[in-house]
Amino acid sequence: MSKKMIVLNHIYKSYGDLKVLDDFNLYINENEFITLLGPSGCGKTTCLRLIGGFEAPDSGTIEFDGKIINGLEPNQREINTCFQKYALFPHLDVFGNIAFGLRLKKIPKEEITQRVEEVLRLVKMEGLGSRTVSTLSGGQQQRVAIARAIVNRPKVLLLDEPLGALDLKLRQEMQYELKEMQKELGITFVYVTHDQEEALTMSDTIVIMNEGKILQIGTPEDIYNEPKNRFVANFIGESNLFEGIMHEDYLVEFCGRSFECVDKGFRKDEPVDVVIRPEDFDFVPPSKGKIVGIVDSLLFKGVHYEINVIVDGREYTIHTTKFRDIGVKVGLSVDPDNIHVMKRSGA
Amino acid sequence: MRKVLRDRLYKGIGLTFLAATLLILYAPILVILVLSVNDSRRGYAWEGFTLKWYSALFTGSALTEPILNTLAVAFTATAVATVLGTIFAIGINALEKKRRVKMVLLNNIPVVNPDIVTAISLMIVFSLLSLTFGFGTVLLAHIFFSMPYVILSILPALRKLDANLYEAGLDLGCSRGQAVTKVILPNIATGIFSGAMMAFTMSIDDFVITYFTSGANYMNVSTWLYSKLRLPQAFTPAAYAYNIIIFAVTIAVIVSSNLVNVRKERLKNEKIG
Repeated sequence: MSKKMIVLNHIYKSYGDLKVLDDFNLYINENEFITLLGPSGCGKTTCLRLIGGFEAPDSGTIEFDGKIINGLEPNQREINTCFQKYALFPHLDVFGNIAFGLRLKKIPKEEITQRVEEVLRLVKMEGLGSRTVSTLSGGQQQRVAIARAIVNRPKVLLLDEPLGALDLKLRQEMQYELKEMQKELGITFVYVTHDQEEALTMSDTIVIMNEGKILQIGTPEDIYNEPKNRFVANFIGESNLFEGIMHEDYLVEFCGRSFECVDKGFRKDEPVDVVIRPEDFDFVPPSKGKIVGIVDSLLFKGVHYEINVIVDGREYTIHTTKFRDIGVKVGLSVDPDNIHVMKRSGA
Repeated sequence: MRKVLRDRLYKGIGLTFLAATLLILYAPILVILVLSVNDSRRGYAWEGFTLKWYSALFTGSALTEPILNTLAVAFTATAVATVLGTIFAIGINALEKKRRVKMVLLNNIPVVNPDIVTAISLMIVFSLLSLTFGFGTVLLAHIFFSMPYVILSILPALRKLDANLYEAGLDLGCSRGQAVTKVILPNIATGIFSGAMMAFTMSIDDFVITYFTSGANYMNVSTWLYSKLRLPQAFTPAAYAYNIIIFAVTIAVIVSSNLVNVRKERLKNEKIG
């Protein structure tokens, strides 16, 4: 496999009494697009700041390309950062902002001009080099911030919620462009966000964090389809969560009914959490359904309907292209391989 | 018909008020302007037009030394207060909120403190330290009372900056020092400049603190004038000329800075539009 670019070893970091990172361990592969995903205050930004060198861990080591870099200043690390609110230099124009790092390295003028123009093309900002930063739109400022970082050809680019301030359409466009850029440049991207959709769209690897700890690491597919616990399942996508009992291998009981499933290896009658994604339910005639309920509400979402069905006083959320009107009695079925059983967490 | 009359009456009252206010504000300056070109050594009677008091300022008069003292203190105190004030402001801004608020409070106390209290306490401190009163003590005092103003005018400029600006500098290869000189300073330049202007004005303007910290033989323009009020024979109308020049310079600075702002605004609008 590819080599490990960054390794965080037993990192502890607290502010006052607040433990932000608690025995945090993570490695990041070369050329990987890795996303740290979690609610605000989960330690993801702190983790990024430790890698960038803006903060020091209380204990633990940070390795970069095989060497420990704990003591290195940010300007001694082959890492660049794209800050949350861009942090562009207001006293310089677009060209001056992008050329800033190169000028510090005393690179010849012609080469600077050439490299700046190259990245301006890459971020689709050709010909805007002489604009002042304050006259740019949010999306353009975002592009300049990215250009300013990648023009230095870092081995790793850190991005701290870079798309947070953009509107939805622009954000989706930039997600696609960022991913393309990362493939083209072959730079390791470490991306921080609390937007699960963004994480699923762009990442090779997603790290789900909460309260300074890693809950799950995996590909977007793994994380979506096989969440390790209730928190991850809830955080990634919408889901229906049930408390259940695993009677034996391939047989789980929840909502007072037994279902066939594909999970095994639990203790006999072990309490478990069961997750079923809204798109995995299917409508069947009430006489054939194991679960029968009444349609309670209906929302048209464009591609699908979001339908809430009340079964024994409990609400099930279903995403489907089939129309069922409010008040109609429906049966629900779910395939065994769409029933996902997880160890009970926080019990 | 009555409404029209009433409106006229209100308008008339308003205009009278405006005229009276302007008169009270500017009449004293007008009086000094007239006196500065009056060919009379003493008294207020008009004895013909002259510019000799203006030339006396530059060719040497009893006032030359106080003026040079005033300018020497003002320029030195401004330079020192601006450099120190900038450093302090950057430091204060980098503190976490609770401490920053405390430091700003500490900084504001000398600002709101009556001059007379500052003056007397400085005088006592200088005597306790057995310093020789003169240029040195006046300079120290002026640095002391003008620096808080420099800090006050730089802090808002710093607060307006993106919180990550300094780190962005480090990230792109600056050492800590370079991140300050290449990133922070250029972006707070206007704050630093207005702080320096404020310090300079405060210093030129000061009487009370200078009076208590200068000792018997060292005088700036204001303390010289005060001492001459009791000795009319030593007074020179060159003092009027000095005041008018200071006033003219102030007006010039205000007008030109307004013009620059107007032009900047226009440029900005053109670029956006």
